[in-house]
Amino acid sequence: MVYLKNIFVVAFLGIALFFSACNNGGNNVEEQIDDSINEEEMVSDDLDKAKQVFYSLPSPIETAMLMKRAGAKYNEEFLNNIANLPNYTTTKSMALNLGVFSADLSFASMFDQSQASVKYLTATKKLAENLGILNAVEQSTVKRMEGNVNNRDSLMEIISETLMNSNSFLKENDRAEVAALILAGGWIEGLYIATKIAKSTAENKELVNRIVDQRLSLKTLNSLLEEYKTDENIKAVYEDLKKISDLYDQVEVSTSKIEMVEAKGESTTLKSKTDIQITDKVFNEICTTVDKLRNNITK
Amino acid sequence: MKNIFRTIALFSVLAILPLAGNAQCKTFAKKTCKMELLPYVHDGIYNATILSEGETVELFKTFYSGQEYRLTVCGDEKLPPIEFQVLDSDKNVLYDNKTKKFAKSWDFKLESSQMLVISIQVQTSDELSDVIAEGCVSVLVGFLNVEDSFDQN
Repeated sequence: MVYLKNIFVVAFLGIALFFSACNNGGNNVEEQIDDSINEEEMVSDDLDKAKQVFYSLPSPIETAMLMKRAGAKYNEEFLNNIANLPNYTTTKSMALNLGVFSADLSFASMFDQSQASVKYLTATKKLAENLGILNAVEQSTVKRMEGNVNNRDSLMEIISETLMNSNSFLKENDRAEVAALILAGGWIEGLYIATKIAKSTAENKELVNRIVDQRLSLKTLNSLLEEYKTDENIKAVYEDLKKISDLYDQVEVSTSKIEMVEAKGESTTLKSKTDIQITDKVFNEICTTVDKLRNNITK
Repeated sequence: MKNIFRTIALFSVLAILPLAGNAQCKTFAKKTCKMELLPYVHDGIYNATILSEGETVELFKTFYSGQEYRLTVCGDEKLPPIEFQVLDSDKNVLYDNKTKKFAKSWDFKLESSQMLVISIQVQTSDELSDVIAEGCVSVLVGFLNVEDSFDQN
């Protein structure tokens, strides 16, 4: 009887606490008064805790689309070899290469490479599982992809879902630094593929512009990594990326003020002009530095 | 023995409580907010958090020239309206949904790539209440899947 009573007490406490957590109403004002917190202090506290910051990087899907629209051609040699998968046994190498394979998967899908897409989705699934990310890629998703290999919209939807499952799982489980490493790996692979394609394409002005555009997202990536710089894995990646940031600092970019143009029933256009001046020397150094960094990650 | 069991059970309940809110937020972002993006393709990046009335969150993101974007900000239905502003790198306000009856989405494209800041604030409720509303707020970005190439000139 005492045993049953104890279970009842625990269950009651659990239910009470659960509902208090789920209650969107949260903070009871009377309790705040009981805590003798005066109104001014409360306002000040609210302001202090108010501003959270998110750093959102371009997803691998977006990078792949930008490259395709810039005139890139598919070349599987530029992607990481699936045979390297067993080499990734540390958290750092698994997370970075999960990002790399996500970028490769997006790239293959964007160019309608069905066999390669399924192959890279399977590699992504394996690495996500090894990192303890539950249900990032379900077996049913692989089957869905196999059944939709000729439908790019469906493939992109599947990849988008897979990315969201991974980074939401990691953030919810207080492993945001692993999510940051995955994003860093994807960003590096995207830039690596872009530089490889630009180097092998005669008319590459748009690709070069896209590579220079990455200076903007690199700033966001650096800000994201700075939040976790006490983590040794993050610190190492941050320092490697600093070399690329220093090279981007040598590119001269001027952008005019943005002018908004709204047209009824259409999306708003943010009009502005950008002038980019990059020397061959700096461009080649960016390509070489990215090449070295990426090959160090995937070896 | 029974006390040990009771203590373990109690701590287990306490341990999972913070996750309950987060899991709710993920479901909200995936099932509710993502629908607002259609027919744009979600970029796969998850940005969601629990906010109270008056709280602000900022999102830094690079948007690329030539792409067509939809930015969607959604909040739990129990929250007051959510204001979002889009600012350039000099903090000039480019868009404010308050002037559009707190529209959830904004469609736009850029002539040159820019890093923009999306500043989101949960408004404070006008109604007198002894509780401060709190709920999930999600910011998602989608882009159109288009085939045409960029102008190479």
